[in-house]
Amino acid sequence: MTNKTLTRMDLSEAVFREVGLSRNESAQLVEEVLQYMADALVAGEQVKISSFGTFTVRQKGARIGRNPKTGEEVPISPRRVLSFRPSHLMKDRVAARNKR
Amino acid sequence: MIRSELIQKIADDNPHLYQRDVERIVNTIFEEIIEALANGNRVELRGFGAFSVKKREARIGRNPRTGEAVHVEEKYVPFFKTGKLLRDRLNGKA
Repeated sequence: MTNKTLTRMDLSEAVFREVGLSRNESAQLVEEVLQYMADALVAGEQVKISSFGTFTVRQKGARIGRNPKTGEEVPISPRRVLSFRPSHLMKDRVAARNKR
Repeated sequence: MIRSELIQKIADDNPHLYQRDVERIVNTIFEEIIEALANGNRVELRGFGAFSVKKREARIGRNPRTGEAVHVEEKYVPFFKTGKLLRDRLNGKA
């Protein structure tokens, strides 16, 4: 088990190796994929990538929160949050390889 | 939106690429993220979000049908945290 953080660069490097486009174009395609997913979510759509997982936008109602430091009550306005549900395949692969 | 619709959008934007290459590109991106998590790595995509692996400690679970106590081993699960820009966009702030 290693402890690295991958970024867009690593993803575009993988695309570059796999498909043989230029590094520049590979990076652009990674960006496009993220952009389309984000746009769909902002439009309130669900994004369902088979064998990867599902991103869902959920509406949260207003509630009273509390500043944990001062104990002061603060209103939290209604908002939309994103939740990600990993596919079985992702869960299984993550569970299997991280086991010691 | 599902995987095939995403692939179609990218293909429409890039008429110079073969459809099958667009499929490989999109599949490679998702495969790379899963592989990173399987290796215990994080994937941080600024503005979109970060994928990481969280450890769930071993616990005593209960069979909901029989009420019987069962030992649940520690396990590692994928986790996604929404990026700031996307969170703001979802709430009309960006």
